[in-house]
Amino acid sequence: MILALTLAGVPLCGAAIAYAIPSNTARPLVLPVCALAHLAAAVAAFAGVDAGAGWLALDPPGRLVLLLVSVLFAACSFYAVGYLRLRGERDNKVFCACLLAFLGMTSLIACAQHLGLFWVAVEATTLSSAPLLYFNRTGHSLEATWKYLLIGSVGIALALLGSLFLGYSALAGGQDSSLLFDDLVRNAPSFSKPWLHGAFILLFVGYGTKMGLAPMHTWKPDAYGETPGVVGALLAGGLTSCAFLGIVRTFRVVVAAGEAEFASQILVVMGVVSMAVAGVFMVQQRDFKRMLAYSSVEHMGLLILGLGLGPVGAYGSLLHMVNNGLVKGVMFLTAGNIHRAYESKSTDEVSGALRRLPWSGGLFLAGFIAVTGSPPFAPFVSEFTILNAAIGEGRYIIGGLMLVLLLVIFMGMGATVLAVVQGQPSARAKRTPFHDRAITILPPLVLMTGVVILGLFVPAPLRRTIEEAVRFLGFPEPQP
Amino acid sequence: MSSATDALLVLILLLNFFVLGSSRIRSIIYTIAAQGLLLGVLPLLVHESIGVREGLVSVGAIALKSVVIPRMLLRAMADLPIRREIEPLVGYRTSLLLGAAATGASMALAARLPLEIVHPPPLLVPASFATVLTGFIVLTTRTKAITQVLGYLMLENGIFIFGVLLLEAMPFLVEVGVLLDLFVAIFVMGIIINHISREFASVSTERLAELRE
Repeated sequence: MILALTLAGVPLCGAAIAYAIPSNTARPLVLPVCALAHLAAAVAAFAGVDAGAGWLALDPPGRLVLLLVSVLFAACSFYAVGYLRLRGERDNKVFCACLLAFLGMTSLIACAQHLGLFWVAVEATTLSSAPLLYFNRTGHSLEATWKYLLIGSVGIALALLGSLFLGYSALAGGQDSSLLFDDLVRNAPSFSKPWLHGAFILLFVGYGTKMGLAPMHTWKPDAYGETPGVVGALLAGGLTSCAFLGIVRTFRVVVAAGEAEFASQILVVMGVVSMAVAGVFMVQQRDFKRMLAYSSVEHMGLLILGLGLGPVGAYGSLLHMVNNGLVKGVMFLTAGNIHRAYESKSTDEVSGALRRLPWSGGLFLAGFIAVTGSPPFAPFVSEFTILNAAIGEGRYIIGGLMLVLLLVIFMGMGATVLAVVQGQPSARAKRTPFHDRAITILPPLVLMTGVVILGLFVPAPLRRTIEEAVRFLGFPEPQP
Repeated sequence: MSSATDALLVLILLLNFFVLGSSRIRSIIYTIAAQGLLLGVLPLLVHESIGVREGLVSVGAIALKSVVIPRMLLRAMADLPIRREIEPLVGYRTSLLLGAAATGASMALAARLPLEIVHPPPLLVPASFATVLTGFIVLTTRTKAITQVLGYLMLENGIFIFGVLLLEAMPFLVEVGVLLDLFVAIFVMGIIINHISREFASVSTERLAELRE
């Protein structure tokens, strides 16, 4: 309990401190300080110190999300110091405060065991991240922020209605209406089924909007395309995982009610739809930041597809959540560097990144190879597990579709990425002042190292937590 | 008690149609403020025993939905050059028909869901669904940023009606959190509308269509 309060409280205090510091150059230093304190607390929480109880507690999937967000934020906080130094002309007061508030609210999401509190925290992350999108103060970023805020808020409103439906299905089933997830799971068998189905659909659409699943993904390319790379990394790796946590926890209630079949069908179909939509838009994509947004749509699709494919798929899905978060960090941070060096994010003007920025270009290329699921990187392992689950469940068509779509996405994304990294940089790009520095390269390099390590073996504590999380979901025993 | 509740819900439904048929943004804001006031009274009518909690939620909802937010929006309006929603994507008559269809569908849907155990007032669930759907219609068929915010508010109003059923189940802290989130959301949207009008000299979201494939 105290640990949970620390996890949410430290960043919020940091946000207040950052807001109070007058110096534009000193202020960003609050970010790494808070991030490291948060990381220490998150590691302690992951190790099982003070699991909490009641409203604020860390269940196994919550621990996973918390650690992922914390690691990602730690890397991004150092990067942000370097980035904001380059953007010294802009006031970063709101930016720093909102980044820290964002960390506080995502921690609250991971710990929140009450359906209503969870919702409040998700909405709060939307609101705290909206000013981050508008950092560049251009017409395009304004448009992106408006879409993000409006579509996000409407989605979240539907999730609220879904939460109320879930509460009502408990009432209609004659249960006292505690809205703690554990109580919901315990009482689930007696819930009113029509209301429960409605609740799952609304919560899925609501939190799915926040995850950016197709067809509710329309805010995503705009938001990720216009925002600074560091914000893109946090949204694509962190916020989407938090929204996924909402779906995981809801799914657990539905499984406990004996309706796993109903929910799994929706998850599988919508997962494939997201991958297909991502594939269509990724082919011929010239804007490499928008390309990353569609890649995020694809991987969100993979996550829910895995969840819908039983215990093996859920294992792959949760592992993939971690892998995807780390790789997205690498790709968005390096894409941000390339964007700054070329002052453009279109392949019409960007080429030869390997020559112009050997480190950023190299990591961007490595990130692409990893994110499309090539060995020896981590996403290969998790994607292969999900594919295995599809085959194991006898869902050959789903497995086949998944393979075809992965191939299409590999080719579509590859064309864009190779156009960025190969060839000769233009004369104009050679004249820009940006060059690779330790502070903008080490964070993605560290994340990439993590991706390589997780590709070679999954460390025992991580594997145990994921296995616990799968058991925690309570899949029905297979019928003999 | 029940007849008063039903009368109130009918009024709320009528206000939905008023919003759909109106082009003056100012009168839409007033209508939604009135709807907010009625919503705030609803928990007091539905629940027989009125404790401090129900009272506080009522007062909070009324203050926020019928005073604070409408005033914020009216102030935002004062800086804007527009008074009317001139070019909705769907005409007013069609919107009204859509609204009628949505209300009918809500009634049909609510009739199919099991409600016998909890005994809500008969119109409560359909009124909630109808208001949510009307909010959606406004959100998707109007092009001015401020009208879209009003659609979002109606959506939240509809959810609030349903929430009245769960007032006892929802802890007070969560109720406050929900209202606070709504306030901040509208506040941030107001700021962004302001920036949009400065950047584009227009608050039509049709101008916000440069980012596309």
